[in-house]
Amino acid sequence: MTNQEVAQELVRQFGDYVTDLDEPFGLLTLTTTREQIIPLLQYLKDHKTYKVSFLTDLTGVHYPDNAGQEFCVVYHVHSLVNNFRIRIKVFVSEADIHVPSATVLYASANWMERETFDFYGILFDGHPNLTRILNMEEMDYHPMRKQYPLEDGTREDKIDALFGR
Amino acid sequence: MTTEDLSIDAVGARNTPATPEGPIQYVNELTTLNLGPTHPATHGIFQNILQMDGEKIVSGEQTIGYIHRAFEKIAERRPFYQITTLTDRMNYCSSPINNLGWMMTVEKLLGVKTPKRADYIRVIMMELARISDHLICNGILGVDTGAFTGFLYLFEERENIYEIYEEMCGARLTTNMGRIGGMERDLSAEAIRKIRKFLKDFPPVMKEFEKLFNRNRIFMDRVVDVGPITGERALNYGFTGPNLRAAGVDYDVRVMNPYSSYEDFEFEIPVGESGDTYDRFMVRNEEIWQSLRIIEQALDKLPEGPYYADAPDYYLPPKQEVYKNMEALIYHFKIVMGEIDAPVGEVYHAVEGGNGELGFYLISDGGRAPYRLHFRRPSFIYYQAFPEMCKGTTLSDAIVIMSSLNVIAGELDA
Repeated sequence: MTNQEVAQELVRQFGDYVTDLDEPFGLLTLTTTREQIIPLLQYLKDHKTYKVSFLTDLTGVHYPDNAGQEFCVVYHVHSLVNNFRIRIKVFVSEADIHVPSATVLYASANWMERETFDFYGILFDGHPNLTRILNMEEMDYHPMRKQYPLEDGTREDKIDALFGR
Repeated sequence: MTTEDLSIDAVGARNTPATPEGPIQYVNELTTLNLGPTHPATHGIFQNILQMDGEKIVSGEQTIGYIHRAFEKIAERRPFYQITTLTDRMNYCSSPINNLGWMMTVEKLLGVKTPKRADYIRVIMMELARISDHLICNGILGVDTGAFTGFLYLFEERENIYEIYEEMCGARLTTNMGRIGGMERDLSAEAIRKIRKFLKDFPPVMKEFEKLFNRNRIFMDRVVDVGPITGERALNYGFTGPNLRAAGVDYDVRVMNPYSSYEDFEFEIPVGESGDTYDRFMVRNEEIWQSLRIIEQALDKLPEGPYYADAPDYYLPPKQEVYKNMEALIYHFKIVMGEIDAPVGEVYHAVEGGNGELGFYLISDGGRAPYRLHFRRPSFIYYQAFPEMCKGTTLSDAIVIMSSLNVIAGELDA
Protein backbone atom coordinates (compact mmCIF):
# COMPACT_ATOMS: atom_id res chain seq x y z
CA MET A 1 0.00 0.00 0.00
CA THR A 2 1.84 3.05 -1.26
CA ASN A 3 0.87 6.67 -1.58
CA GLN A 4 0.77 6.21 -5.34
CA GLU A 5 -1.69 3.34 -5.21
CA VAL A 6 -4.05 5.00 -2.79
CA ALA A 7 -3.93 8.28 -4.67
CA GLN A 8 -4.78 6.55 -7.95
CA GLU A 9 -7.61 4.64 -6.33
CA LEU A 10 -9.08 7.77 -4.80
CA VAL A 11 -8.81 9.71 -8.04
CA ARG A 12 -10.54 6.84 -9.81
CA GLN A 13 -13.35 6.84 -7.25
CA PHE A 14 -13.80 10.53 -6.63
CA GLY A 15 -12.48 12.04 -9.85
CA ASP A 16 -12.20 15.79 -9.77
CA TYR A 17 -13.28 15.98 -6.16
CA VAL A 18 -9.81 14.91 -5.09
CA THR A 19 -7.25 17.57 -5.89
CA ASP A 20 -3.84 18.90 -4.88
CA LEU A 21 -2.32 15.51 -4.31
CA ASP A 22 1.03 15.80 -2.64
CA GLU A 23 3.23 13.91 -0.23
CA PRO A 24 5.15 16.28 2.03
CA PHE A 25 7.49 14.26 4.24
CA GLY A 26 5.98 11.06 2.90
CA LEU A 27 2.44 11.71 4.09
CA LEU A 28 -0.19 11.53 1.38
CA THR A 29 -2.03 14.85 1.39
CA LEU A 30 -5.06 15.72 -0.67
CA THR A 31 -7.83 18.26 -0.82
CA THR A 32 -11.50 17.57 -1.30
CA THR A 33 -14.75 19.48 -1.10
CA ARG A 34 -17.02 19.64 1.87
CA GLU A 35 -19.72 17.74 0.00
CA GLN A 36 -17.34 14.85 -0.55
CA ILE A 37 -15.50 14.75 2.77
CA ILE A 38 -17.88 12.42 4.61
CA PRO A 39 -18.27 10.05 1.62
CA LEU A 40 -14.48 10.06 1.27
CA LEU A 41 -13.90 9.26 4.94
CA GLN A 42 -16.62 6.63 4.75
CA TYR A 43 -15.06 5.11 1.64
CA LEU A 44 -11.65 4.91 3.27
CA LYS A 45 -13.13 3.45 6.42
CA ASP A 46 -15.16 0.78 4.64
CA HIS A 47 -12.52 -0.12 2.06
CA LYS A 48 -11.74 -3.83 2.17
CA THR A 49 -7.97 -3.54 2.17
CA TYR A 50 -7.21 0.04 3.22
CA LYS A 51 -9.27 0.05 6.43
CA VAL A 52 -8.42 3.65 7.24
CA SER A 53 -10.59 3.63 10.32
CA PHE A 54 -8.84 5.75 12.91
CA LEU A 55 -9.29 9.50 13.09
CA THR A 56 -5.99 10.69 14.51
CA ASP A 57 -6.55 14.38 14.41
CA LEU A 58 -8.93 17.04 13.22
CA THR A 59 -8.07 20.69 13.29
CA GLY A 60 -8.50 24.00 11.52
CA VAL A 61 -6.21 26.51 9.86
CA HIS A 62 -6.93 30.10 8.91
CA TYR A 63 -5.54 31.60 5.69
CA PRO A 64 -6.94 35.14 5.63
CA ASP A 65 -5.27 35.98 2.31
CA ASN A 66 -6.72 32.99 0.53
CA ALA A 67 -9.85 34.73 -0.78
CA GLY A 68 -12.86 32.44 -0.98
CA GLN A 69 -11.03 29.67 0.86
CA GLU A 70 -10.13 31.33 4.11
CA PHE A 71 -10.58 28.34 6.38
CA CYS A 72 -9.23 24.87 6.16
CA VAL A 73 -10.23 21.80 8.12
CA VAL A 74 -7.49 19.21 8.26
CA TYR A 75 -8.21 15.54 8.94
CA HIS A 76 -5.46 13.09 9.72
CA VAL A 77 -6.70 9.55 9.32
CA HIS A 78 -4.74 6.40 9.95
CA SER A 79 -5.06 2.81 8.88
CA LEU A 80 -3.80 0.85 11.88
CA VAL A 81 -3.89 -2.39 9.90
CA ASN A 82 -1.68 -1.14 7.07
CA ASN A 83 0.10 1.55 9.08
CA PHE A 84 -0.81 4.14 6.51
CA ARG A 85 -1.69 7.76 7.14
CA ILE A 86 -3.57 10.23 4.97
CA ARG A 87 -4.08 13.94 5.46
CA ILE A 88 -7.28 15.33 3.97
CA LYS A 89 -8.04 19.02 3.70
CA VAL A 90 -11.31 20.81 3.12
CA PHE A 91 -11.34 24.51 2.35
CA VAL A 92 -14.35 26.70 3.08
CA SER A 93 -14.96 30.40 2.72
CA GLU A 94 -15.58 32.77 5.58
CA ALA A 95 -18.97 33.76 4.17
CA ASP A 96 -20.23 30.18 4.12
CA ILE A 97 -18.33 28.51 6.90
CA HIS A 98 -20.05 25.14 7.08
CA VAL A 99 -18.53 21.67 7.05
CA PRO A 100 -20.45 18.43 7.68
CA SER A 101 -19.64 16.84 10.99
CA ALA A 102 -17.55 13.68 11.11
CA THR A 103 -19.23 12.57 14.32
CA VAL A 104 -21.40 10.25 12.24
CA LEU A 105 -18.28 8.19 11.58
CA TYR A 106 -16.03 8.83 14.55
CA ALA A 107 -17.07 9.51 18.13
CA SER A 108 -13.67 11.09 18.68
CA ALA A 109 -14.53 13.88 16.23
CA ASN A 110 -16.95 15.33 18.75
CA TRP A 111 -14.53 17.29 20.90
CA MET A 112 -12.05 17.92 18.13
CA GLU A 113 -14.79 19.64 16.14
CA ARG A 114 -15.90 21.57 19.18
CA GLU A 115 -12.32 22.73 19.65
CA THR A 116 -12.06 23.77 16.01
CA PHE A 117 -15.35 25.64 16.29
CA ASP A 118 -14.15 27.28 19.47
CA PHE A 119 -10.91 28.46 17.91
CA TYR A 120 -12.02 29.27 14.35
CA GLY A 121 -15.80 29.45 14.31
CA ILE A 122 -16.10 26.70 11.72
CA LEU A 123 -19.63 25.34 11.91
CA PHE A 124 -19.92 21.58 11.76
CA ASP A 125 -23.38 20.68 10.46
CA GLY A 126 -24.96 17.76 12.22
CA HIS A 127 -22.77 17.98 15.30
CA PRO A 128 -24.72 16.92 18.40
CA ASN A 129 -23.49 19.71 20.65
CA LEU A 130 -21.49 22.39 18.90
CA THR A 131 -20.54 24.66 21.81
CA ARG A 132 -17.28 26.11 23.01
CA ILE A 133 -15.05 23.69 24.83
CA LEU A 134 -11.84 25.34 26.01
CA ASN A 135 -12.82 29.00 26.10
CA MET A 136 -15.63 30.43 28.15
CA GLU A 137 -19.17 30.46 26.84
CA GLU A 138 -19.48 34.26 26.91
CA MET A 139 -16.65 34.80 24.47
CA ASP A 140 -17.94 36.47 21.28
CA TYR A 141 -15.02 35.86 18.92
CA HIS A 142 -12.89 32.97 17.74
CA PRO A 143 -9.40 33.62 19.05
CA MET A 144 -7.23 31.55 16.71
CA ARG A 145 -8.22 33.59 13.67
CA LYS A 146 -5.36 35.58 12.32
CA GLN A 147 -7.07 38.95 12.76
CA TYR A 148 -6.52 38.69 16.49
CA PRO A 149 -2.82 39.36 17.00
CA LEU A 150 -1.24 37.97 20.11
CA GLU A 151 0.13 41.29 21.26
CA ASP A 152 -1.35 44.74 21.28
CA GLY A 153 -0.44 46.29 17.93
CA THR A 154 -0.60 49.84 19.25
CA ARG A 155 2.31 49.41 21.62
CA GLU A 156 5.32 51.19 20.24
CA ASP A 157 7.87 49.88 22.68
CA LYS A 158 7.35 46.41 21.27
CA ILE A 159 8.11 47.27 17.65
CA ASP A 160 11.40 45.69 16.85
CA ALA A 161 12.36 47.20 13.52
CA LEU A 162 15.96 46.20 14.04
CA PHE A 163 15.20 42.54 13.54
CA GLY A 164 12.60 42.93 10.84
CA ARG A 165 9.68 41.54 12.76
CA MET B 1 -51.22 5.92 45.28
CA THR B 2 -50.75 3.35 42.54
CA THR B 3 -48.20 3.19 39.79
CA GLU B 4 -50.76 4.53 37.32
CA ASP B 5 -50.71 7.85 39.15
CA LEU B 6 -47.08 8.34 38.29
CA SER B 7 -46.06 10.24 35.19
CA ILE B 8 -42.62 10.20 33.71
CA ASP B 9 -41.04 13.56 33.00
CA ALA B 10 -38.22 14.48 30.70
CA VAL B 11 -35.40 13.25 32.88
CA GLY B 12 -37.08 9.97 33.55
CA ALA B 13 -38.07 10.71 37.12
CA ARG B 14 -41.44 9.35 38.18
CA ASN B 15 -43.49 12.16 39.65
CA THR B 16 -46.98 12.45 41.02
CA PRO B 17 -49.10 14.85 38.96
CA ALA B 18 -50.00 18.20 40.41
CA THR B 19 -53.42 18.12 42.09
CA PRO B 20 -55.55 20.88 43.63
CA GLU B 21 -54.43 19.58 47.02
CA GLY B 22 -50.75 19.95 46.48
CA PRO B 23 -47.84 20.50 44.15
CA ILE B 24 -45.91 17.88 42.23
CA GLN B 25 -44.29 15.34 44.49
CA TYR B 26 -40.99 14.00 43.30
CA VAL B 27 -40.77 10.31 43.84
CA ASN B 28 -37.54 9.51 42.10
CA GLU B 29 -35.58 12.65 41.51
CA LEU B 30 -32.17 12.63 39.92
CA THR B 31 -29.48 14.39 41.84
CA THR B 32 -26.99 16.62 40.09
CA LEU B 33 -23.53 16.18 41.47
CA ASN B 34 -20.60 18.39 40.67
CA LEU B 35 -17.41 16.38 40.68
CA GLY B 36 -14.77 19.06 40.47
CA PRO B 37 -13.44 21.47 39.26
CA THR B 38 -11.36 21.33 42.42
CA HIS B 39 -11.92 17.89 43.77
CA PRO B 40 -9.03 15.87 45.20
CA ALA B 41 -10.02 12.88 43.11
CA THR B 42 -9.94 14.62 39.75
CA HIS B 43 -6.15 15.22 40.02
CA GLY B 44 -6.44 18.42 38.08
CA ILE B 45 -8.86 21.18 37.33
CA PHE B 46 -11.77 19.85 35.33
CA GLN B 47 -15.40 19.36 36.14
CA ASN B 48 -17.84 16.52 35.72
CA ILE B 49 -21.52 17.22 36.16
CA LEU B 50 -23.04 13.88 36.98
CA GLN B 51 -26.72 13.00 37.09
CA MET B 52 -27.12 10.52 39.88
CA ASP B 53 -29.98 8.18 40.60
CA GLY B 54 -29.14 7.40 44.18
CA GLU B 55 -25.71 5.81 44.01
CA LYS B 56 -25.79 5.14 40.28
CA ILE B 57 -24.58 7.49 37.60
CA VAL B 58 -27.22 8.06 34.93
CA SER B 59 -25.32 10.48 32.73
CA GLY B 60 -22.40 12.81 32.89
CA GLU B 61 -21.05 15.83 31.16
CA GLN B 62 -17.55 17.21 31.35
CA THR B 63 -16.58 20.84 31.50
CA ILE B 64 -12.96 21.43 30.63
CA GLY B 65 -10.78 24.40 29.82
CA TYR B 66 -10.08 25.61 33.33
CA ILE B 67 -6.37 25.80 32.66
CA HIS B 68 -6.52 26.56 28.96
CA ARG B 69 -3.46 28.68 28.21
CA ALA B 70 -3.82 29.11 24.44
CA PHE B 71 -0.54 27.37 23.63
CA GLU B 72 -1.42 27.04 19.97
CA LYS B 73 -1.99 30.76 19.69
CA ILE B 74 1.12 31.67 21.65
CA ALA B 75 3.18 29.32 19.49
CA GLU B 76 2.28 31.30 16.39
CA ARG B 77 4.52 34.12 17.58
CA ARG B 78 7.41 32.26 19.06
CA PRO B 79 10.58 30.90 17.52
CA PHE B 80 10.92 27.14 17.74
CA TYR B 81 13.12 27.03 20.82
CA GLN B 82 10.65 29.04 22.83
CA ILE B 83 7.87 26.59 22.04
CA THR B 84 9.65 23.79 23.90
CA THR B 85 8.74 25.45 27.17
CA LEU B 86 5.08 25.35 26.15
CA THR B 87 5.23 21.63 25.49
CA ASP B 88 6.63 21.08 28.99
CA ARG B 89 3.42 22.26 30.46
CA MET B 90 1.13 19.93 28.57
CA ASN B 91 1.71 16.52 30.06
CA TYR B 92 3.74 17.68 33.02
CA CYS B 93 4.12 14.14 34.32
CA SER B 94 6.36 13.23 31.38
CA SER B 95 7.73 16.51 30.07
CA PRO B 96 10.81 15.05 28.29
CA ILE B 97 8.59 13.11 25.88
CA ASN B 98 6.78 16.31 24.94
CA ASN B 99 10.03 18.27 24.60
CA LEU B 100 11.81 15.71 22.51
CA GLY B 101 8.71 15.01 20.43
CA TRP B 102 8.63 18.67 19.54
CA MET B 103 12.36 18.72 18.76
CA MET B 104 11.92 15.76 16.44
CA THR B 105 9.06 17.52 14.66
CA VAL B 106 11.26 20.52 14.00
CA GLU B 107 14.14 18.29 12.91
CA LYS B 108 11.82 16.56 10.47
CA LEU B 109 10.86 19.93 9.00
CA LEU B 110 14.45 21.15 8.81
CA GLY B 111 15.81 17.86 7.57
CA VAL B 112 18.33 17.52 10.38
CA LYS B 113 19.55 14.00 11.01
CA THR B 114 20.47 13.35 14.61
CA PRO B 115 23.45 11.14 15.45
CA LYS B 116 22.89 7.76 17.06
CA ARG B 117 24.22 8.80 20.41
CA ALA B 118 21.69 11.62 20.64
CA ASP B 119 18.92 9.20 19.69
CA TYR B 120 19.95 6.75 22.39
CA ILE B 121 20.17 9.43 25.06
CA ARG B 122 16.73 10.61 24.00
CA VAL B 123 15.35 7.11 24.24
CA ILE B 124 16.74 6.76 27.76
CA MET B 125 15.18 10.05 28.80
CA MET B 126 11.85 9.33 27.17
CA GLU B 127 11.59 5.91 28.75
CA LEU B 128 12.44 7.34 32.16
CA ALA B 129 9.67 9.85 31.58
CA ARG B 130 7.28 7.07 30.64
CA ILE B 131 8.14 5.23 33.83
CA SER B 132 7.53 8.31 35.95
CA ASP B 133 4.24 8.96 34.14
CA HIS B 134 2.99 5.43 34.72
CA LEU B 135 4.22 5.48 38.31
CA ILE B 136 2.07 8.48 39.04
CA CYS B 137 -0.96 7.00 37.35
CA ASN B 138 -0.75 3.62 39.05
CA GLY B 139 0.31 5.06 42.40
CA ILE B 140 -2.65 7.40 42.44
CA LEU B 141 -4.99 4.65 41.33
CA GLY B 142 -3.92 2.95 44.54
CA VAL B 143 -4.66 6.07 46.55
CA ASP B 144 -8.11 6.34 44.99
CA THR B 145 -8.90 2.79 45.98
CA GLY B 146 -7.72 3.45 49.50
CA ALA B 147 -4.13 2.21 49.48
CA PHE B 148 -1.69 4.98 50.19
CA THR B 149 1.37 2.81 50.72
CA GLY B 150 2.12 2.01 47.09
CA PHE B 151 2.01 5.64 46.17
CA LEU B 152 4.66 6.52 48.74
CA TYR B 153 6.86 3.61 47.69
CA LEU B 154 6.77 4.72 44.09
CA PHE B 155 7.25 8.40 44.69
CA GLU B 156 10.61 7.78 46.19
CA GLU B 157 11.68 6.21 42.90
CA ARG B 158 10.10 9.00 40.92
CA GLU B 159 12.31 11.35 42.87
CA ASN B 160 15.32 9.39 41.60
CA ILE B 161 14.11 9.83 38.04
CA TYR B 162 13.82 13.56 38.62
CA GLU B 163 17.39 13.60 39.84
CA ILE B 164 18.46 12.06 36.55
CA TYR B 165 16.54 14.80 34.73
CA GLU B 166 18.40 17.36 36.82
CA GLU B 167 21.64 15.84 35.70
CA MET B 168 20.56 16.09 32.07
CA CYS B 169 18.98 19.53 31.96
CA GLY B 170 19.05 21.14 35.39
CA ALA B 171 15.29 21.09 35.86
CA ARG B 172 12.94 18.60 37.40
CA LEU B 173 9.36 19.09 36.29
CA THR B 174 9.33 21.46 33.35
CA THR B 175 12.47 20.09 31.83
CA ASN B 176 12.94 21.96 28.52
CA MET B 177 15.17 19.07 27.55
CA GLY B 178 16.99 18.62 24.27
CA ARG B 179 17.96 20.91 21.45
CA ILE B 180 17.18 20.96 17.76
CA GLY B 181 19.66 18.43 16.41
CA GLY B 182 20.47 16.55 19.59
CA MET B 183 20.77 17.04 23.31
CA GLU B 184 21.88 20.02 25.29
CA ARG B 185 24.57 18.03 27.08
CA ASP B 186 26.07 14.60 26.97
CA LEU B 187 25.28 11.88 29.46
CA SER B 188 27.72 12.70 32.22
CA ALA B 189 29.46 10.03 34.28
CA GLU B 190 27.26 11.08 37.16
CA ALA B 191 24.12 10.71 35.07
CA ILE B 192 25.16 7.24 33.96
CA ARG B 193 25.89 6.31 37.57
CA LYS B 194 22.45 7.53 38.60
CA ILE B 195 20.70 5.67 35.81
CA ARG B 196 22.59 2.47 36.64
CA LYS B 197 21.66 2.91 40.27
CA PHE B 198 18.05 3.43 39.30
CA LEU B 199 18.09 0.31 37.15
CA LYS B 200 19.38 -1.64 40.13
CA ASP B 201 17.24 -0.11 42.88
CA PHE B 202 13.94 0.31 41.11
CA PRO B 203 12.99 -3.29 40.18
CA PRO B 204 12.75 -4.52 43.80
CA VAL B 205 10.50 -1.58 44.66
CA MET B 206 8.35 -2.23 41.61
CA LYS B 207 8.13 -5.91 42.51
CA GLU B 208 7.03 -4.96 45.98
CA PHE B 209 4.43 -2.62 44.56
CA GLU B 210 3.11 -5.33 42.28
CA LYS B 211 3.02 -7.75 45.19
CA LEU B 212 0.93 -5.27 47.11
CA PHE B 213 -1.57 -4.71 44.32
CA ASN B 214 -1.71 -7.24 41.52
CA ARG B 215 -3.47 -10.03 43.38
CA ASN B 216 -4.75 -7.98 46.26
CA ARG B 217 -8.33 -9.02 46.91
CA ILE B 218 -9.56 -5.59 48.00
CA PHE B 219 -7.89 -3.86 45.08
CA MET B 220 -9.19 -6.38 42.55
CA ASP B 221 -12.72 -6.04 43.87
CA ARG B 222 -12.49 -2.35 43.19
CA VAL B 223 -11.03 -2.45 39.70
CA VAL B 224 -11.84 -5.70 37.88
CA ASP B 225 -14.66 -5.16 35.38
CA VAL B 226 -14.90 -1.50 36.29
CA GLY B 227 -15.20 0.79 33.30
CA PRO B 228 -14.56 -1.72 30.54
CA ILE B 229 -14.38 -0.59 26.93
CA THR B 230 -14.16 -2.73 23.82
CA GLY B 231 -11.30 -2.30 21.40
CA GLU B 232 -13.68 -1.19 18.66
CA ARG B 233 -15.31 1.45 20.83
CA ALA B 234 -11.93 2.63 22.08
CA LEU B 235 -10.71 3.10 18.52
CA ASN B 236 -13.85 4.99 17.63
CA TYR B 237 -13.22 7.27 20.58
CA GLY B 238 -9.66 7.88 19.46
CA PHE B 239 -7.99 6.05 22.33
CA THR B 240 -4.26 5.57 22.04
CA GLY B 241 -1.50 4.45 24.34
CA PRO B 242 -1.93 2.21 27.37
CA ASN B 243 -5.68 2.76 27.50
CA LEU B 244 -6.10 1.45 23.96
CA ARG B 245 -3.69 -1.43 24.52
CA ALA B 246 -5.63 -2.41 27.64
CA ALA B 247 -8.62 -2.86 25.33
CA GLY B 248 -6.63 -5.34 23.26
CA VAL B 249 -5.36 -3.24 20.35
CA ASP B 250 -1.59 -3.41 20.04
CA TYR B 251 -1.02 0.02 18.56
CA ASP B 252 2.19 1.66 19.70
CA VAL B 253 3.82 4.52 17.78
CA ARG B 254 7.27 3.31 18.85
CA VAL B 255 6.76 0.15 16.80
CA MET B 256 4.48 1.37 14.03
CA ASN B 257 6.43 4.50 13.14
CA PRO B 258 9.76 4.16 14.91
CA TYR B 259 11.43 7.45 15.72
CA SER B 260 14.67 8.19 17.50
CA SER B 261 16.11 4.74 16.69
CA TYR B 262 13.44 2.79 18.57
CA GLU B 263 13.83 0.07 15.96
CA ASP B 264 17.21 -0.81 17.53
CA PHE B 265 15.69 -2.04 20.74
CA GLU B 266 13.92 -5.19 21.70
CA PHE B 267 10.80 -4.78 23.74
CA GLU B 268 7.29 -6.08 23.95
CA ILE B 269 3.97 -4.31 23.71
CA PRO B 270 1.74 -5.51 26.52
CA VAL B 271 -1.93 -5.73 25.68
CA GLY B 272 -4.95 -6.27 27.87
CA GLU B 273 -8.19 -7.98 27.11
CA SER B 274 -11.32 -6.37 28.48
CA GLY B 275 -10.15 -2.77 28.67
CA ASP B 276 -11.25 -2.41 32.28
CA THR B 277 -9.47 -0.54 35.02
CA TYR B 278 -7.51 -3.59 36.08
CA ASP B 279 -6.20 -4.12 32.54
CA ARG B 280 -5.16 -0.51 32.28
CA PHE B 281 -3.32 -0.86 35.56
CA MET B 282 -1.60 -4.06 34.48
CA VAL B 283 -0.64 -2.73 31.05
CA ARG B 284 1.01 0.28 32.65
CA ASN B 285 2.87 -1.92 35.10
CA GLU B 286 4.14 -4.11 32.31
CA GLU B 287 5.15 -1.09 30.25
CA ILE B 288 7.29 0.05 33.14
CA TRP B 289 9.20 -3.25 32.93
CA GLN B 290 9.55 -2.91 29.18
CA SER B 291 10.82 0.64 29.56
CA LEU B 292 13.44 -0.61 31.98
CA ARG B 293 14.49 -3.15 29.37
CA ILE B 294 14.85 -0.43 26.76
CA ILE B 295 16.88 1.80 29.06
CA GLU B 296 19.21 -1.05 29.89
CA GLN B 297 19.76 -1.88 26.22
CA ALA B 298 20.28 1.77 25.31
CA LEU B 299 22.81 2.23 28.07
CA ASP B 300 24.70 -0.93 27.16
CA LYS B 301 24.78 -0.15 23.46
CA LEU B 302 25.31 3.60 23.86
CA PRO B 303 27.34 4.54 20.77
CA GLU B 304 30.33 6.80 20.90
CA GLY B 305 30.35 10.01 18.94
CA PRO B 306 28.74 13.41 19.03
CA TYR B 307 25.52 13.96 20.90
CA TYR B 308 24.29 16.64 18.53
CA ALA B 309 24.01 17.03 14.79
CA ASP B 310 26.18 19.31 12.77
CA ALA B 311 23.48 21.93 12.27
CA PRO B 312 24.98 25.23 13.40
CA ASP B 313 21.98 27.20 12.18
CA TYR B 314 19.72 25.52 14.72
CA TYR B 315 21.83 23.89 17.42
CA LEU B 316 22.79 26.34 20.15
CA PRO B 317 26.59 26.47 20.42
CA PRO B 318 28.21 25.56 23.76
CA LYS B 319 28.22 28.49 26.14
CA GLN B 320 31.99 28.59 26.64
CA GLU B 321 32.42 28.84 22.88
CA VAL B 322 30.02 31.79 22.77
CA TYR B 323 32.34 33.74 25.04
CA LYS B 324 35.47 33.08 23.02
CA ASN B 325 34.47 32.37 19.46
CA MET B 326 33.05 35.01 17.12
CA GLU B 327 31.17 32.56 14.94
CA ALA B 328 29.58 30.85 17.92
CA LEU B 329 28.51 34.22 19.27
CA ILE B 330 26.81 35.11 15.99
CA TYR B 331 24.96 31.81 15.85
CA HIS B 332 24.01 32.05 19.49
CA PHE B 333 22.60 35.51 18.93
CA LYS B 334 20.70 34.54 15.82
CA ILE B 335 19.19 31.45 17.39
CA VAL B 336 18.26 33.12 20.66
CA MET B 337 16.71 36.10 18.94
CA GLY B 338 14.85 33.77 16.62
CA GLU B 339 16.34 35.21 13.48
CA ILE B 340 16.63 31.94 11.62
CA ASP B 341 13.87 31.27 9.17
CA ALA B 342 12.51 27.78 8.80
CA PRO B 343 11.78 26.22 5.42
CA VAL B 344 8.22 26.21 4.12
CA GLY B 345 6.51 22.95 4.86
CA GLU B 346 3.86 20.98 6.57
CA VAL B 347 4.75 18.16 8.88
CA TYR B 348 3.00 15.80 11.25
CA HIS B 349 5.10 13.91 13.71
CA ALA B 350 3.85 11.61 16.43
CA VAL B 351 5.58 10.12 19.42
CA GLU B 352 4.31 7.65 21.97
CA GLY B 353 3.60 9.85 24.95
CA GLY B 354 2.73 8.68 28.43
CA ASN B 355 -0.95 8.62 27.49
CA GLY B 356 -0.80 7.76 23.84
CA GLU B 357 -0.04 9.23 20.47
CA LEU B 358 1.23 12.73 21.04
CA GLY B 359 1.16 14.44 17.68
CA PHE B 360 2.56 17.73 16.48
CA TYR B 361 1.07 19.21 13.33
CA LEU B 362 3.30 22.05 12.22
CA ILE B 363 2.71 24.33 9.26
CA SER B 364 5.59 26.63 8.49
CA ASP B 365 5.26 29.50 6.05
CA GLY B 366 8.98 30.20 6.06
CA GLY B 367 9.00 32.61 8.96
CA ARG B 368 10.66 32.44 12.34
CA ALA B 369 7.56 31.09 14.07
CA PRO B 370 5.09 28.40 13.00
CA TYR B 371 2.18 29.55 10.87
CA ARG B 372 0.06 27.02 12.66
CA LEU B 373 0.94 24.51 15.32
CA HIS B 374 -1.53 21.97 16.54
CA PHE B 375 -0.94 19.52 19.34
CA ARG B 376 -2.73 16.21 19.18
CA ARG B 377 -3.20 15.66 22.88
CA PRO B 378 -4.17 12.09 23.66
CA SER B 379 -6.04 12.76 26.90
CA PHE B 380 -8.12 15.50 25.29
CA ILE B 381 -9.36 13.01 22.75
CA TYR B 382 -10.02 9.98 24.90
CA TYR B 383 -11.50 11.82 27.85
CA GLN B 384 -14.70 12.20 25.78
CA ALA B 385 -15.46 8.58 26.47
CA PHE B 386 -15.64 9.08 30.22
CA PRO B 387 -19.46 9.51 30.54
CA GLU B 388 -20.05 6.39 28.49
CA MET B 389 -17.56 4.43 30.57
CA CYS B 390 -19.01 5.42 33.92
CA LYS B 391 -22.68 5.12 32.99
CA GLY B 392 -24.46 2.84 35.42
CA THR B 393 -21.55 2.60 37.82
CA THR B 394 -21.27 4.16 41.23
CA LEU B 395 -19.48 7.38 42.05
CA SER B 396 -16.58 5.57 43.68
CA ASP B 397 -16.12 3.53 40.50
CA ALA B 398 -16.23 6.66 38.37
CA ILE B 399 -13.34 8.08 40.33
CA VAL B 400 -11.33 4.91 39.83
CA ILE B 401 -12.09 4.94 36.09
CA MET B 402 -11.01 8.56 35.77
CA SER B 403 -7.86 7.84 37.68
CA SER B 404 -6.97 4.86 35.51
CA LEU B 405 -7.53 6.87 32.31
CA ASN B 406 -4.75 9.16 33.53
CA VAL B 407 -6.27 12.42 32.37
CA ILE B 408 -3.69 15.17 32.83
CA ALA B 409 -5.31 18.59 33.07
CA GLY B 410 -2.42 20.35 31.38
CA GLU B 411 -2.63 18.08 28.37
CA LEU B 412 -6.42 18.20 28.35
CA ASP B 413 -6.58 21.96 28.05
CA ALA B 414 -3.26 22.93 26.45
